[in-house]
Amino acid sequence: MSRTSQLLKRTLPALAGTAAAALMLAGCGGATVNQAVAGNGSATPCGSVNVALNAWVGYTADAAVYSYVAQNKLGCTVTQKELSEQISWQGFGSGEVDVIMENWGHADLAKQYITDQKVAVDAGPTGNEGHIGWYVPPWMVQKYPDILDYKNLDKYASLFATSESSGKGQVLDGDPAFVTNDEALVKNLGLNYKVVFSGSEAALIQSFRTAEKNKTPLLGYFYEPQWFLSEVPLKKVSLPPYTPGCDSDPEKVACDYPDYKLNKIISKKFADSGSPAAKLAKAFTWTNADQNSVATDIQGGMKPEAAAKKWVDAHPDQVAAWLK
Amino acid sequence: MSTLIRERVPVRNTPPAAVRPQRRRLGRRTILLGGAAVAWLLGFIFLHGTATLNLPASELTDLHRTLNQVNAWVADNRADNPVFQYLLTPLRSAVDVVANLFTGIFAASTTGLRLPEIGWLGTVALLGWIAWAAGNIRVALLTVAVFIFFGLQGLFVDAAYSFALVLTAVLFTLLTGIPLGILAGISARVSKVITPVLDFMQILPTFVYLAPLALIFLIGPASAVIATVIYAAPPVIRLTAHGIRGIPADTREASDSLGTTGVQRLITLQLPLARRTIVMGINQTTMAALSMVTIAALIAAPGLGQVVVRALQSLDVGTAVNAGLSIVLLAIALDRVTTAASRRAEPGAARNRRISRRTRYILLGAGFVVVLAAIQLSRTMLWAAVFPKDLNIGPGIVDGVTAASQWLQTNLFFLTVSLREGVTNGVLNPFQSLLTDTPFYLLALVIIAVACALGRWQLGLVAAACLAVIICLGLWSDAMVTLAGTLVATSVVMILGVIFGVAMGRSNRVDQIMRPLLDAGQTMPAFVYLVPFLGLFGATRFTAIVAGIIYAAPVAIKITADGIAAISPTVMEAAVSAGSTPWQIITKVQLPMARKSLALAANQGLIYVLAMVVVGALVGAGGLGYDVVAGFVQSSLFGKGLAAGLAIVFLGILLDRMTQAAAVRPARKTAPGKPVRH
Repeated sequence: MSRTSQLLKRTLPALAGTAAAALMLAGCGGATVNQAVAGNGSATPCGSVNVALNAWVGYTADAAVYSYVAQNKLGCTVTQKELSEQISWQGFGSGEVDVIMENWGHADLAKQYITDQKVAVDAGPTGNEGHIGWYVPPWMVQKYPDILDYKNLDKYASLFATSESSGKGQVLDGDPAFVTNDEALVKNLGLNYKVVFSGSEAALIQSFRTAEKNKTPLLGYFYEPQWFLSEVPLKKVSLPPYTPGCDSDPEKVACDYPDYKLNKIISKKFADSGSPAAKLAKAFTWTNADQNSVATDIQGGMKPEAAAKKWVDAHPDQVAAWLK
Repeated sequence: MSTLIRERVPVRNTPPAAVRPQRRRLGRRTILLGGAAVAWLLGFIFLHGTATLNLPASELTDLHRTLNQVNAWVADNRADNPVFQYLLTPLRSAVDVVANLFTGIFAASTTGLRLPEIGWLGTVALLGWIAWAAGNIRVALLTVAVFIFFGLQGLFVDAAYSFALVLTAVLFTLLTGIPLGILAGISARVSKVITPVLDFMQILPTFVYLAPLALIFLIGPASAVIATVIYAAPPVIRLTAHGIRGIPADTREASDSLGTTGVQRLITLQLPLARRTIVMGINQTTMAALSMVTIAALIAAPGLGQVVVRALQSLDVGTAVNAGLSIVLLAIALDRVTTAASRRAEPGAARNRRISRRTRYILLGAGFVVVLAAIQLSRTMLWAAVFPKDLNIGPGIVDGVTAASQWLQTNLFFLTVSLREGVTNGVLNPFQSLLTDTPFYLLALVIIAVACALGRWQLGLVAAACLAVIICLGLWSDAMVTLAGTLVATSVVMILGVIFGVAMGRSNRVDQIMRPLLDAGQTMPAFVYLVPFLGLFGATRFTAIVAGIIYAAPVAIKITADGIAAISPTVMEAAVSAGSTPWQIITKVQLPMARKSLALAANQGLIYVLAMVVVGALVGAGGLGYDVVAGFVQSSLFGKGLAAGLAIVFLGILLDRMTQAAAVRPARKTAPGKPVRH
């Protein structure tokens, strides 16, 4: 019995203390620095915006500029969340995600979340046009001019072999989360290749940079708009042309990737809230060159916010048009 | 990934009684093993590449497609299915409320400037005080120092988010875990039901339930907390049950003879006596929760994990190390505080204190007044609410580490690349090909034969069942890729285990130097040290194997060292006086006598390496780990990811049982002891 009372003796004061603290917190709840300063700043009823942050620099550029404008011109509180592409969509239902700034296709998710569940809406194009494909470093095109046709790839398969590709040629992919049909393409086009994942955009860029510098062979997944293409102008391999519907069954794809009209997706709740940040998300458009300039700055070591500020300060008219 | 969970279990080092097993049995075993090896080699040479059951990564079996339907079904039924309406959605909301409460208090409120209810100064003071009250003044100072260091790193808010989520998860874990543990402790029947479930929960790779949980509970802190509870509950349940069951029978009878009822006995006898074990369970649970909260960043849990994930994506070694350092420090602080609390809970601890209880209460009271003042300050003054930005050494750490890693990458490039290529081409590829290119029926028979040789025919049956499940899941070839990597990593782990274990077992000084390093290696969440290796070796299977080795080596080294150190000094002296050289002593006396420990080390090493399979897939491992990761991020591969997760569990059971059988080999007549796992 004495032990229990001992336990009580020790826990009771702690509990009482915590309760006292809670009471005190409640007592002076009105006058905190949090609320006080916020009162002055929040002239516009913007509230908070959750922006999903997908893992490629082009996306980061879009999100940085959007967040910068929402924060500094509209006074919103922006929270960025590091999420992979498809996981981001799941956040629309729970309110974890309000905005996806650069969406690449994803017809299946659009059907699930926009058409069926009605938790998200299309907020219009970003103005960027996306291309996905297989690329080789420029030196290879000079040395092997016919390499840009997929029919000739098998001829060069041994060049691309690595210790990871088990004797076949290697197709280097990025993050497993990125939109990709490469595994199916290799199989359905009957190529003697194996898809190997590098794990991230950064690793992919690093590999292409080394390949061009050391003149080593590399065939990999890449995409535009991408700032890196202005550093090393990679050449795209032509695959069988895209026809509408040729990629409807992900296991049977045997054609090139479509041209993606990149768009923004925002949650239904956010769109209906009348928040100025939702209007901004709908109005946001820019060009591939704009995105590349911001992305290059970020990649050069600038903080995304600083890169966004630089671009916004240089393009006041365009930003003003978004905010109209 | 369960950092500290398993290591504290003492190694049972039964004396190696019959060093030589009986001749006849050895004969049977040799025939079985030899036959299996010959059949395997012949099959590999003549039937090379046939019946490999290879399933390309983008292809699915009907089972996988069926599992994919779960995804659509949940989406369609979330709104109006009663299970969701009355059970899952309210559960999610409840967890969300608590999580928001804690994140609001420590990290960021949802209103105004998004400042926390208690700014950094208040948080530091409050947590320091709690550490003092629950533990002692030393851990209190440690806590204060660690949290101020977070501020200096520029990561205070991230660390506060992680801390708040750990707090929420531990709270829910204890709410569910302690009652379950008590039940399992009192009733043998409950214990029997619950143990295999706990086994399963601990082998199941965390990634596997992350995807379905996100599907059911949607992404965000709530799912992160629920995933963490699943991961962190087993230790507290086990230890609570163990504490209650461990009360001596005569103590219990003495209490029964006084006529106590069941509830009285529980409150007056069992719970107080088991208190220390229960607090130890809380310690283990907290550590597990921290490592899971880091990984839950993948489903939008805020905190330090997000910083690491971002760094992993941009190969930013500096940022990853900075954030990783915070995670390690948070882990150390949580570990030390809960350990100190468990010491304080020890019966009789009160007698040995230097200051009287009364003085302590007065001091604690005075301290609390200071805490209240700090909280008040942190709510009214901006400097006490937000950590001053000028006091930031974070960029310094980031730049320093980045520069160092750049230097390593440019200057060691040829060394690292040739090492990687050498190991991959020389060992990994041939071995993997031996496993993946042999016809599946032949290899399955070989494994079953080895199982029969190691154990009895029952083990052969278990092996056959596990293999059959893997084949039915449609993932045989991927499982063999994973098996190849796992076995290569485990071999290296065992080599390291023997070398360092012998050194530690033979010399106290080496032991003292090594042990803190090993502890650190085990405390560090696996996620963190992936980034530097990614920088050095690129995303390849080799990198994944290195990550597995780092995670598993400490436990193997510790078990081996304990085994060597436990050999009786008389035997050693006899050997020395017989004029043996140190080398002879190691090879002829110490290693043979520590054979059981070595087998146990191999068992634990394997399980630990296997726990890293999925994390390894983030840095280039293929096989089952990749399937799980891909299923997590691509909805069309959801079903395949689930199946791969199950396949990992069955591969784990198979390897665990086989190495355990090898471990009990010399003393077959005694009943095979319960696994010392977890």
